[in-house]
Amino acid sequence: MTIEKTVVIKNKQGLHARPAALFVQIANKFNSDITISKGRNKVNGKSIMGIMMLEAGSGAKVTLVVNGDDAEAAMKELEALLVCENIDEVVI
Amino acid sequence: MKKKEIVLKGIPASPGIVTGKAFLYGREQYTITKRLIREDHVAGEIKRFKEALIQTKNEILEIKKRISDEMGAEHGQIFSAHLLVIDDSMLIEEVISRMKKEKMSIEYVFQDVLRRYIKVFSEMDDEYLKERISDINDVGRRILRNLIGAKEDVLANLKEKVIVVAYDLSPSDTATMHKRNVSGFATDIGGRTSHTAIMAKSLEIPAVVGLEVLTKKVTSGDTVIIDGTHGIVVVNPSARTMKKYDVDREKLIEFEKHLLELKNLPCVTLDGRKIELSANIEVPEDVPSVMAHGAEGIGLYRTEFFYMNRKDLPSEEEQFRAYSAVAKKMKPSPVVIRTMDLGGDKFLSQLDVPQQMNPFLGWRAIRFCLARPDVFKAQLRAILRASAHGKLRIMYPMISGLGELRQANILLEESKKELKKEGLPFDDDIEVGAMIEVPSAALTSDILAKEADFFSIGTNDLIQYSLAVDRVNEKIAYLYEPTHPAILRLIKNVVDNGHRAGIWVGMCGEMAGDIIMTIILLGLGLDEFSTSPIATPEIKRVIRAVTMSQAREIADEALTLLTGKDVEIFAKKKIKELVPEMAAEID
Repeated sequence: MTIEKTVVIKNKQGLHARPAALFVQIANKFNSDITISKGRNKVNGKSIMGIMMLEAGSGAKVTLVVNGDDAEAAMKELEALLVCENIDEVVI
Repeated sequence: MKKKEIVLKGIPASPGIVTGKAFLYGREQYTITKRLIREDHVAGEIKRFKEALIQTKNEILEIKKRISDEMGAEHGQIFSAHLLVIDDSMLIEEVISRMKKEKMSIEYVFQDVLRRYIKVFSEMDDEYLKERISDINDVGRRILRNLIGAKEDVLANLKEKVIVVAYDLSPSDTATMHKRNVSGFATDIGGRTSHTAIMAKSLEIPAVVGLEVLTKKVTSGDTVIIDGTHGIVVVNPSARTMKKYDVDREKLIEFEKHLLELKNLPCVTLDGRKIELSANIEVPEDVPSVMAHGAEGIGLYRTEFFYMNRKDLPSEEEQFRAYSAVAKKMKPSPVVIRTMDLGGDKFLSQLDVPQQMNPFLGWRAIRFCLARPDVFKAQLRAILRASAHGKLRIMYPMISGLGELRQANILLEESKKELKKEGLPFDDDIEVGAMIEVPSAALTSDILAKEADFFSIGTNDLIQYSLAVDRVNEKIAYLYEPTHPAILRLIKNVVDNGHRAGIWVGMCGEMAGDIIMTIILLGLGLDEFSTSPIATPEIKRVIRAVTMSQAREIADEALTLLTGKDVEIFAKKKIKELVPEMAAEID
């Protein structure tokens, strides 16, 4: 199944630095295809280079598209990371 | 003709002393030519690329495992970033699809794609990303090397034992070094927490980084001494210097032996008074050294490191991560975090601190923090939040009177209120102390003691301010006397006033690590000594060799002496009498 969701990034570092690495590590746990887009830019959610190229800072609106058998679980964890204000509380 | 001796000071990265022949190492550039391929070679190119990726991945996994085993999992994590790059699906797909389209050799396309990423990342305004560029470069080189089948770098095939001198060394460079061929290394750039420094520690070979101009002063074959304990490199040492370092090396080996014996013994006087022995640190990476040397807490966590060598300000999150890491590792032992002490000889570019005629008497430390509550509160909030994970204490530097202590505490209370409102946990009873390093604070310590939870005496500045001696000016260095009667009286005043108000008094300046002063300080009533981790075992040795009544008697007599020189001679005589096995280290 395919799930699509638009979220505003809450953590202060945006999708840079450690959160970017965390995002990719979480994404790679799942079988589903994952894409993340900001405006017209769309990248593979399992790619650290892609995520970093996205330049999504705190407050940016991004759209997640997850497609696969474990889409629901993947969406849940990835969304939690994006809306979490303090990424040190995220355990993977 | 004999070459002139040159002494360079850098950043100590891995302890120990070694003498040897320099090997000037420059990274080999791989030349990748633009080469067209035939349609029927496409599949072969893809296969070659995937094999190179697997080979590179295995190499890095092996290094990661080795480092994790030798130094702990957190250091192996450095290479996780490398693995993320190798496994990057977008990068791999892009290289393959461009190769199919453009019909160019895979190494050419790979290099081109990689360059484009690096260019984009280096233009982004994000310090973390900029750091990642070196990871990407390092992995990229490794993949390229495997693609073109180049030999392992020269560092792996050295014929004789050398000291490697380089502008910089990547983790891959250091990973190919072997203790068999490399007895030490030194680099122009790099900091205490750079990969290079961490690798040097794992190899257990002496290293100094951040020497700035070293590669311009050395040619291959020169004799060099690396003193990784003090961060000094001597190029073309004179016979005299060589001899001095030979003696130092012997001492160091002897010292390591004693260290092991002392590490697990308690820090108590002969008559059973317990003294808190702590260590000074700059970065979380210093904690293992604190533990290895048997210190029981951290008496001074300098936080300036965060603000230096960078363009942006450290975020609350970044500071929180470092402080809580230290708190967790040291738990249940206490950690005193000194709020930032910038200005003086430590500047930072991003805060627009203007040039000052007398920086040591100028806009610095707490004065700066009170003028920039935004910067200060980010730090206070980070410390408070980290206090939920261990036993933290806060110390304000350069307090000159009660007004500053009160103002700082108002900002601290504000930060506490904010955190409560946000529902973030912290230790509401966190101890807040003042660093006593300005003579006015030492003289009015009775007033300050009523509103502080502890004092820690910072002797370096206290001496320079009290004796009016600029510690950077070599012409008057002879006047910088830690044993000056004025200093002893000030210390006594601070300890007595602290104790009268029921608070503990420690010392975190260099004097706390000077064995000549230990007995006198003990006798003056100091409750805590905090010094560089390597100095802690010696201080413990002295404390364990005397009784409090002996120490008090000696301190009382020292207070009657007339000059700094007299005090010094007296102190040396006493320590030789009471701890004869240390006599050799005194002269």
